[in-house]
Amino acid sequence: MAKNTYPTPMLDNLETGPWPSFITGIKRLRDEHPDERINSVTNGLLGQLEHSYETRKGYWKGGTVSVYGYGGGIIPRFSEVGDAFPESKEFHTLRVQPPAGNFYTTDMLRQLGDSWEKHGSGLVTFHGQTGNIMFIGATTENTQHFFDEINEYGWDLGGAGPCVRTAMSCVGGARCEMSNCNEHAIHRWMVNNFTDDVHRPALPYKFKFKVSGCPNDCQNAIERSDFAIIGTWRDDMKVNQEEFKNYIEKKGRQYIIDNVITRCPTQALSLNDDDTISVDNHNCVRCMHCLNVMPKALHPGDDKGVTILIGGKRTLKIGDLMGTVVVPFKKLETEEDYESLQEMAEDIIDFWAENGLEHERCGEMIERIGLINFLEGIGIDVDPNMVSSPRQSSYVRMDGWDEEAEKWFERKREEKQAASA
Amino acid sequence: MAQEMRSPIESGCPDAFQYMHPVMRKNFGQWAYHEDPQPGVLLHVSNNGDKIWTVRAGTQRILDVFTLRKLCDIGDEHGEGYIHFTIRSNIEYQVADEAKVQPLIKALEDAGFVVGGTRNSVAMLSHTQGWLHCDIPGTDASGVVKSMMDELIGEFKEWNMPNRVHMTTSCCQINCGGQGDIAINVQHTKPPKINHDLVSNVCERPSVVARCPVAAIRPALVNGKPSLEVDEKKCICCGACFPPCPPMQINDAEHSKLAIWVGGNHSNARGKPTFQKLVASGIPNNPPRWPEATAVVKKILKAYKENAKDWERINDWIERIGWPRFFEVTGLPFTKYHIDNWRGARASLNASTHIRF
Repeated sequence: MAKNTYPTPMLDNLETGPWPSFITGIKRLRDEHPDERINSVTNGLLGQLEHSYETRKGYWKGGTVSVYGYGGGIIPRFSEVGDAFPESKEFHTLRVQPPAGNFYTTDMLRQLGDSWEKHGSGLVTFHGQTGNIMFIGATTENTQHFFDEINEYGWDLGGAGPCVRTAMSCVGGARCEMSNCNEHAIHRWMVNNFTDDVHRPALPYKFKFKVSGCPNDCQNAIERSDFAIIGTWRDDMKVNQEEFKNYIEKKGRQYIIDNVITRCPTQALSLNDDDTISVDNHNCVRCMHCLNVMPKALHPGDDKGVTILIGGKRTLKIGDLMGTVVVPFKKLETEEDYESLQEMAEDIIDFWAENGLEHERCGEMIERIGLINFLEGIGIDVDPNMVSSPRQSSYVRMDGWDEEAEKWFERKREEKQAASA
Repeated sequence: MAQEMRSPIESGCPDAFQYMHPVMRKNFGQWAYHEDPQPGVLLHVSNNGDKIWTVRAGTQRILDVFTLRKLCDIGDEHGEGYIHFTIRSNIEYQVADEAKVQPLIKALEDAGFVVGGTRNSVAMLSHTQGWLHCDIPGTDASGVVKSMMDELIGEFKEWNMPNRVHMTTSCCQINCGGQGDIAINVQHTKPPKINHDLVSNVCERPSVVARCPVAAIRPALVNGKPSLEVDEKKCICCGACFPPCPPMQINDAEHSKLAIWVGGNHSNARGKPTFQKLVASGIPNNPPRWPEATAVVKKILKAYKENAKDWERINDWIERIGWPRFFEVTGLPFTKYHIDNWRGARASLNASTHIRF
């Protein structure tokens, strides 16, 4: 136990109430952990945090810390009030990539906990908002020791700074009936083919891959990632009419009308007189609502694949941007399919690295140069699925119209030939 | 002689298959449907009839190794040794034996964890580091979340909401917490105070100038030293200059406030994904319990719970009833600050006679 602990009257208040208290946890490290180093560092941390609560200000500053051979992966934190709280004056976080989909055995969690206890503060979060395991609180020297130890048994640092960041994927095929792709295979294939760009930040800004297995998008990929991969299907959804009838029996006809039939955004559902359901699959936009309400009766089809949206991000600098559809549908079954997805990502990252301004996300670059310049830069043809509507403004020079129209007809002819071949 | 450094093994993201429950491995991609036996519990059934139960629990998120080991002990004693974490940092235990579900719930609750967070509940707030570890935070994250979850715990454990409610907090306007049905974010209200003695040593001035979204920063000589100045009439107090230039102190004990945003929804279900919209601001950043922010959140949740239809997320509900009614039923003031003036803002104005009376 630390001999003289800093008083923490404000933080003590957060030990009351029914939700588990992080303060109680940090205090246990301070008061009960056998290692005096951990007692001391958590004492300093609590002292500084109390100081923040009293003055309503933060007191950490960044710096440059990395492990040998890498440029990123550590969030350096040096205290600005290190004279007052010297025990935690170096308190860096290691970002470690979780297994795709965030699965662990208790054995592995214990092993990671044991390593962390040897070198760090004993505080860890599963996971940070970028998706990393956050090992919070190590000295500059110990970041290297901890990394060396866990790197030997299969763990690698994630991204920090202007680089490809740690990716995220949903629970996916491991435990979800809505899965339309192998989320974890895609996640690993993409991010692990960019390890150099993860570990050595040299891009205009951050670049994130996120994979959701269906349009419910549990990973917030469209809103939060530069490269969103969303599972979908293009044949008919599967309907189990018996189960549909069971829902009607259980919930009542009106409930099904009010909560399923009329909630369809494209009016693609009808309730038939014999209590079966009809689906206009051609106009279904795969929004997932009816499947979510009736997971026993309705299922994704068999012709599965992914939709790719590029350029999502949050506020800085020009305001929030959703990703934009760049590939409406892509099969991801063979190794060639995965390779072509990777090539597309390489093209996008290369084009952005060359044309993006400093601290400009890919989506901001697209906003600045226009989608057409971006598509031409990465060699992807226009598609009406990329827009909510065609342009409203006539202020555009269109003297290439005939040529562009011919390109469209040519593509349609090729698609027809490919389909009949 | 210096010790030779160890070269890293660039293994990247590990394969999760080795850590998955055997029933999940066996049925990967073969799940048929799920049921919700009770709050905090999911039952997934595969095409061949295999079943797996999931028990979900909320924790303090910032875990000390004692708590981590406690969670592992519970997983070994009452679960089957397999764990999954959700995107909102809840812990999930998977078991193939139904008989283990109730003892697992009891063990979690006896240890102080909170079973729930599934289906139409108020889910765990997603948040980041705050004063505990961030270099630019205007507030704390874990403390705000602990305070709010203390009051919303009943909604986490039950299915009382029209649909799920995802809440987030963020300690600056970068908004690492992300989009949410309800988001509680720092909103600065005064321009940065500049420590001119430090700027030339600490900041790369051209990149700070470039960082400003409204071009309000320019290089200047102050007291004979190269520094930066801010056109305070143009400044929108966003704090974007602070990360690259800490002497541009944006955080202020009194003037850094909290704002509340609603209607962010990542899902494509029903409508397209939506960004959150401002509903309340000027809320004091008041540690250790932030009661004013929680009061506004509870007001919004109460109105949503009483007025929304089943399956409507907050954005769906407001779209149906209209914004004027939202302000009416929540009692929140509508001000000039609610009307957007950023690029593309006219698209958010009502260009129709669609008005509810």
